[in-house]
Amino acid sequence: MLIFEQSRNGRVNTAQQPAGTKAVSDIPAEFLRNDKPLLPEVSEMQAVRHYTRLSTKNFSIDTHFYPLGSCTMKYNPRGCNSLSMLPGFLNRHPDSPVNMSQGFLSCMYDLQEILKDVTGMKEVSLSPMAGAQGEFAGVAMIRAYHDAQNGGKGDPERTEILVPDAAHGTNPATATMCNFKVREIPTNSDGDVDIDALKQAVGPQTAGIMLTNPSTLGVFERKIKEIADIVHKAGGLLYYDGANLNAILGKVKPGDMGFDVIHMNLHKTFSTPHGGGGPGAGPVGVSERLIPYLPVPMVTKVSDEYQVITEKDNPNSIGRLSAFMGNAGVLLRAYIYARLLGRDGMQRVAEYATLNANYMMKKLEAAGFELAFPNRKATHEFIVTLKKQAKELNVNAMDFAKRLLDYGFHAPTTYFPLLVPECFLIEPTETEAQDALDGFIEAMIAIQKEAETDAEKVKGAPYTLPVRRLDDVKAAKELDLTWKQQQA
Amino acid sequence: MPFIPHTEEDVKSMLDTIGVDSIEDLFDEISDELRAEGLTKVPEGVSEMELSRIMHERAQQDSRTLCFAGAGAYEHHIPAAVWEITTRGEFYSAYTPYQAEASQGTLQLLYEYQTMMASLTGMDISNASLYDGASALAEAVLMAVRANRKSKSKRIFMPRTVHPAYRKVAHNIVKGQGITLEELDFDMDGGFIDPESLPKDPGDFTALVIPQPNYFGVLEDIDALTNWAHEHKALVIAVVNPTSLALLKAPGSWGDKGADITCGEGQPLGAPLSSGGPYFGFMACRQAYVRQMPGRIIGRTVDLDGKQGFALTLQAREQHIRRSKATSNICTNQGLLVTAATIYMSLVGPDGLSKVANACHNNTVDLIDKLEATGKAKRLFNRPLFHESVMQFELPTDQLMDAMSAKRILPGVDISEDYPELGNVMLVCATETKTDADLQMYADLVIDITKNS
Amino acid sequence: MSNIPDELRYTKSHEWVRREEDGTLTVGITDHAQGLLGDLVFVETPEAEDTFSSGDDCAVIESVKAASDVYCPVDGEVIEGNEALADAPETINHDAYGDGWIFKLKPEDGGAFDELMGHEEYAEIVAEEDH
Repeated sequence: MLIFEQSRNGRVNTAQQPAGTKAVSDIPAEFLRNDKPLLPEVSEMQAVRHYTRLSTKNFSIDTHFYPLGSCTMKYNPRGCNSLSMLPGFLNRHPDSPVNMSQGFLSCMYDLQEILKDVTGMKEVSLSPMAGAQGEFAGVAMIRAYHDAQNGGKGDPERTEILVPDAAHGTNPATATMCNFKVREIPTNSDGDVDIDALKQAVGPQTAGIMLTNPSTLGVFERKIKEIADIVHKAGGLLYYDGANLNAILGKVKPGDMGFDVIHMNLHKTFSTPHGGGGPGAGPVGVSERLIPYLPVPMVTKVSDEYQVITEKDNPNSIGRLSAFMGNAGVLLRAYIYARLLGRDGMQRVAEYATLNANYMMKKLEAAGFELAFPNRKATHEFIVTLKKQAKELNVNAMDFAKRLLDYGFHAPTTYFPLLVPECFLIEPTETEAQDALDGFIEAMIAIQKEAETDAEKVKGAPYTLPVRRLDDVKAAKELDLTWKQQQA
Repeated sequence: MPFIPHTEEDVKSMLDTIGVDSIEDLFDEISDELRAEGLTKVPEGVSEMELSRIMHERAQQDSRTLCFAGAGAYEHHIPAAVWEITTRGEFYSAYTPYQAEASQGTLQLLYEYQTMMASLTGMDISNASLYDGASALAEAVLMAVRANRKSKSKRIFMPRTVHPAYRKVAHNIVKGQGITLEELDFDMDGGFIDPESLPKDPGDFTALVIPQPNYFGVLEDIDALTNWAHEHKALVIAVVNPTSLALLKAPGSWGDKGADITCGEGQPLGAPLSSGGPYFGFMACRQAYVRQMPGRIIGRTVDLDGKQGFALTLQAREQHIRRSKATSNICTNQGLLVTAATIYMSLVGPDGLSKVANACHNNTVDLIDKLEATGKAKRLFNRPLFHESVMQFELPTDQLMDAMSAKRILPGVDISEDYPELGNVMLVCATETKTDADLQMYADLVIDITKNS
Repeated sequence: MSNIPDELRYTKSHEWVRREEDGTLTVGITDHAQGLLGDLVFVETPEAEDTFSSGDDCAVIESVKAASDVYCPVDGEVIEGNEALADAPETINHDAYGDGWIFKLKPEDGGAFDELMGHEEYAEIVAEEDH
C-alpha cells in the first residue's frame, strides 16, 4: 500500500507543527498557491510504521551478504554514523565564519592529509559530491591544464581522451561533458590494455587517458608504468578512476604509478553508506602540476587556525561544483572510518579484500564455474562467466542473480563489464567472514544443480521476495512515475 | 584488526584453498617498484571509545550556536522519526536498487517521493534526486539545451538574483559544452528582475532561469517572466525552495503555460545544516521532457503474477548504457537524503509544511521589524519577500559578524563580496525554530555592538 | 536466421533503405537489429526538413537494456518521420520492414542509394556477428 492510500483529508500531526502559527498577511495573493499539494495526511505512527515496513523489503549490507562487484559493499561502521551526527556537526551552517568552525574544519584538513598519504598525490580537494563529479573535476582539470600551456595560449589540438573499452560508463560520459572526443582502447585476452593499440592511438591530439587499476575486469593492469610513459611522452595526462581503490589501499599508491589526477569513491573505499543510491563523495587528488586547478573549497591551516580556500585564493581553480562544501557529512564519516582503521588497519584492507576474492574464485572454479581470466589472480574482485549455462541450459546470468536472492544473497554485478558475456562481477570485500563466502558458494552450486535439473525453476526466480520478476518493458513503455489521486 | 573477521586459522585454510603460502603472494602481479613504502600521515588506529572522545571535543567547538543565516541552507525542525528511520540499516546500507525485487522498500519510497515532488512543484514528473541545488541547476541548464530543439543558440538567461554559488557551479559544469549563461541585472529598489527591463529583442535563446524566492528572499514577477520567455520560444527553468511551495504558487502554474523544468535544493525537507551537505537536488519537469531528464527515475509496473512493484526505468538514458551519449554522467545521487525528505513530508503533511512556511516567514518579518526598530538597520528592498531579507546595517558587516560570532550567534550571511554595489548588507533569515526571545536578543545585540564600536 | 529482403539496400550499422518510385528513400532498422535490441520501448524520429549527412545520428531507438542511434544512410533532407512509432514502438519488433519504417528521406544525390550494400553482403555481416 502506498502512503497516499493511507491518507485522510484533514489528519494533522500537531506535535510536528510550529504552535500558534498565523497565516502570512504581507504576501499579495498573486504569489500564493491555491491548491493543497499531494502530501500524505497520516499520523506520525502511520508514517513510522509505513516506512519501517518498507525498509524491511530491502536487502542491505546490514542484513545480507552483498557481493556487488565494483561497488565495495563493506560494512559501514555504526560509530561512523553516530559520531558524524553529533549536534555540533549537524547544526553548523555552511556559511559560518572560521571562528565557529574549527572543529569541523580540523576534521576536513586531517582527512585531506590522510587521503594524500594513501594515494601518493600532492594535494587533495574534498569537494566533489560523488565519483562521477570527481571524474568531472578530474577531466576539467586536464582541460584547464592544457588550456594554460604555451604561455596561456593553450594547446587546442588536444581534443581526445582515451578510454579502455572495459571502463565504467561514466568515463566516456564525463569526457563528453568536458567536450573531449572519446577514443576507445581495446583490451587483450588477459585483461590488460592492448599496448600496441595504445601506441597507435596516442599523438598530439591526446589530452589524457582515463584508467581504472585494477581494471573493471578484476585484474591488475600490469603494464601501468609503460602506459604512463606512452601517454606522458605524447603530452597527455593520466587519470585514475578510483572505483577500485579498495584493491590496493595501502599497497600501491596511484601517485607512484604515475597518475596525474585521481578521484576516490569514499562510499566505497572509506565505507560511507551507499544509502540506497547516495550520497557519495568523490574527492580528487593531483600531482604537482595540477594543484592550481583543484576545485574549491579546500581547507588549509595557517599557524594554528584552519581556514577555507576559495576562488579568491585560487584564481585558476576549475571552481566550485556544489553550493557549499560538498557532502560534508559523508566526508566526516570517511574521516572517522580512517581514524578507526588507522595506519595498520588501512594497509590490511586490500590484503583481506584480495584474500576473500581469491578464495571465492578458487572455490567457484573448483565447483565448475568458468572464470573470465583463469590465468590471473583476482584483485578485490573477479569475474565468472555463465555463457556455458546460458547456451546449454538456457539459464543466464540474470536468472542466477534472481535465484541467489531466494537463497538470501544479494546478486553480484551482472552484465558489467560489457566485454564479458553473461558475467558476474563478484566483490566480497574484506569485512566478510569465511562462512559467508562459503554460504554464497554453496548457493551457486545448488543453483547450478537446479539449472541442470529444473531450469524453469531458476528462470522463474525469485519466489520468496516481496515481488517476483518485474515487467521492465511495461515500466518503460507505459510510464507510471507518480501516483494519481483518481487511482485510489 | 578493525572490521576484519578473519582468525589466523581462517587465513591459513583460505590460503591453502587458494594454493599460496601467504597473502603477500596474492599481490605478485604487481611489480616491486610500484609497492608502497607504507603510510606516514595516517594516524595510528584508535578504538571507537577513544575516537568518540576526540569527535565530541571537535563537535563541541562548533556547537551551541544561534543561526540567523539562510542563503540556501535553512535550519528547520526535523521530527525525530525522520533520521531514526532513515538510518535503519536497510535504507542506510543498501545500494542503488539495481536488483528491484530486493529493493522494493527504497523503490516504493522513491516513487512516493516523485509523486510528492511533482505535486509540490506542479510538474508532471520528478526524478529521484541529484546532488544538490546548485548542481541541479547546472543539470537543468544542460537538460534545457537538449529539450529545446527550436533553439540553436545554447544561450541561457541567468538573473543575478539567482544564488551566486549556483551561478558559479552552473557555469563551471556547462561551459565545456559551448553553453553561455548571460546575466540579467536586477532592479536596485526592488531586488528583483523587472520585467520592463527585459530585452525587447533578445534574439534566439534557449531558456530563462527564474528563482522564487530569489537569493535576496524577494519574490520575482514570475508570471510576466514566464510569459516573456515562452513568447520567445524559450523554456523556463524554475529554481525554488520546497518549503515555500506550501505557500507560494507552484512553478507549474506560473504565467499562462507554467515553467518547463523545476529544480532546487531539497535540504529544507529534513536534512540538517551539516556544513552544507549531504543535501539533495530535486528536479521535476513536464512529461514531454522525461527522456531528457538526468538522474534515476522509478516507475510502477507489475511482476510475473500481476502484482504491483517498482523498478528503475528509462535506464537507457543513463551513463552505464549510453556511455559517451548519456544525458549526464550522474549515477550515485542522494538516496538517503531523499529517504529523509520523504519521511519528513509524510510526517508534516500539507498542513504542517504550510505552517512551517508561514511560521518562518512571520518570524523573518518580525525580525526585520525588530532590527529596523533599533534604528541601526534597515530592509534594503521594497518588494514582497519570503522568509529571508537583505538588511543594511549601520556598522560594517565584518565588524558585526566578528562581534556576534564571538557570542556564538551567526547574524546572517555577508553578501557584499558577491554584490559590492549593495554596500554594508547581510542576508538574514529566521526560520520557525526561532523564538521571540531569540529575535529580540539579535536586535538588542545590534544596539549594543553599534554603541560599543 | 533473420529476414533480409532482397530488394532493399543496407548499412553496416543495420539500417535498411528502400527506394520509392518517386526517388525518395524510406529507412528503418533491420530485423536482425531489432532482435538484438529486444522489446522496444521508445523511438525518437527526426522531423521533416531536418537535413543530415551520411553517418549522422538522426533517430534514437530504445529498449529496456539498450539505446541505439539510427544513422542516416546517405546525405539528404527528411520528408517525414514515422510518428505512429511514438505510441507503438513495438511495431518495429513486429514489422521491421513494413509499418516499422522510421523516416523518409529526399537524398541529395540520387545515385547514393546504389552505393549502399546489397542483401548478400549484409547477410555476410550478420552471419559474422552471429558467430
